[in-house]
Amino acid sequence: MAGIPLGIKDLFATRGVNTTAGSRILKDFKPRYESTVTANLRKAGAGMLGKLNMDEFAMGSSNETSAYGPVISPWRRNDGGNAALAPGGSSGGSSAAVAAGIAPAATGTDTGGSIRQPAAFTGICGIKPTYGRCSRWGIVSFASSLDQAGPMARTVRDCAIMLEAMAGFDPKDSTSLDLSVPKWETGLSSDLKGKRVGIPKEYRIDGVPADIGALWDRGIEWLRDAGAEIVEISLPHTKYALPTYYIIAPAEASSNLARYDGVRYGLREVPDGGNLDAMYAATRAAGFGAEVRRRIMIGTYVLSAGFYDAYFTKAQKVRTLIKQDFEKAFEQCDLILTPTAPSAAFGLGDKTADPLSMYLNDVFAVPASLAGLPAMSVPGGLDEQGLPLGLHLIGRELDEQGVLNAGLAIEERAGFTAKPARWW
Amino acid sequence: MSITNEQVRHIARLARIAMSDDELEQLVPELNNILGWVEQLGEVNTDGVEPLTAVIPNTLRLREDKVTDGDCRDDVLANAPAAEHGFFAVPKVIE
Repeated sequence: MAGIPLGIKDLFATRGVNTTAGSRILKDFKPRYESTVTANLRKAGAGMLGKLNMDEFAMGSSNETSAYGPVISPWRRNDGGNAALAPGGSSGGSSAAVAAGIAPAATGTDTGGSIRQPAAFTGICGIKPTYGRCSRWGIVSFASSLDQAGPMARTVRDCAIMLEAMAGFDPKDSTSLDLSVPKWETGLSSDLKGKRVGIPKEYRIDGVPADIGALWDRGIEWLRDAGAEIVEISLPHTKYALPTYYIIAPAEASSNLARYDGVRYGLREVPDGGNLDAMYAATRAAGFGAEVRRRIMIGTYVLSAGFYDAYFTKAQKVRTLIKQDFEKAFEQCDLILTPTAPSAAFGLGDKTADPLSMYLNDVFAVPASLAGLPAMSVPGGLDEQGLPLGLHLIGRELDEQGVLNAGLAIEERAGFTAKPARWW
Repeated sequence: MSITNEQVRHIARLARIAMSDDELEQLVPELNNILGWVEQLGEVNTDGVEPLTAVIPNTLRLREDKVTDGDCRDDVLANAPAAEHGFFAVPKVIE
């Protein structure tokens, strides 16, 4: 990756360079250390072009929760209007920068779709590897059992090259997998003969635009054309994935974000004559935005005495069932193909009034996150508004190669060359 | 199960987030909406199902019992909102 200038999501600690996680509470935070993933990229020869905006603490699907303002997608609808669209989130700065040609590639992180949904919204590729492939050390924590870093780039091959540089065992992350990094780029092959691709019937949900169903059908034909056999599969607990996620992720976040106390780093607010406890409460009220406060509150509630079993333990049990759904499905198939998101990019402000409607945008992305599986979004085409749509591939654990290969097969057949018309 | 204003105030206290009455009034229906939605998990039969603890099978490693870090006081304090004499400084704790 010698000489490649990368955009870096502002969740990665970069030595001497502000690392804000999109939050006011880390406005002036300059780490004295470098995240393992960005250090690996530097070791591979890459340089850093700059840090990229994101949803605050990666909590969001539109990049509108950032304390530094939303990111505007480079894409516009083809209706002649100038409506500002969401670049997806939480890696919205990354997706916008790559789609606009400002950076050839960028790092992203994905907790419940934060690489794949923005990649789909902006017509680029992005892969979340198996949980544990990329070290989480030096990445500002959101939900530690879900957070994974991955590349966002214009092509499948670029993703393979960059993921190879990012991944690898790190003793500083206790969940890092002690495995060698496969040669994903040299292993690329779009010949899918002998591969079975599963189509989960539960992903055909109501209210999804016809363009997305049609693209999914084209994706099925493309993979069949590449030699794959198509099989129908069932993932029966799919509809419970989002509610499970919205217990587990806020619970982990409420614990992780307890560190922002105004003592060791970040913002400090002390009310007049206030004691230490008043300082904690004032600092966190002033430093966290509305969505982060909301999730900390939910997380604190579901972990609190009397509610822990009813919410958190219950969600971890359903998570087991969701993981078992995938294990059973992978007895019948090698890969799973779905749409990446249930809509194309929506307008800024369209979903901010109703947190639940925003959460639902990750309906197809979250199950693979809960199961720790590698998953990728590849652009498939444009909808009738002229906006990109993505196809989503989910693989067995550690089978990034299978995911990338199927992604390549789609990329070769989709012939996606559309770019946003320059207005910026 | 509906969450009350008093419970939200208690949770805000546990989470150490200062909250005005107006903010609280706004948050209660939002939290109820979200919690009402996640309660659909009650439909799922989880009898005999173990809660998931590790998403990818992994064993916790033990490292050698030796010092691998340290001697970096200035780095640790560099981002502190207030540091004095090589320590973090906070408002007075003892009355």
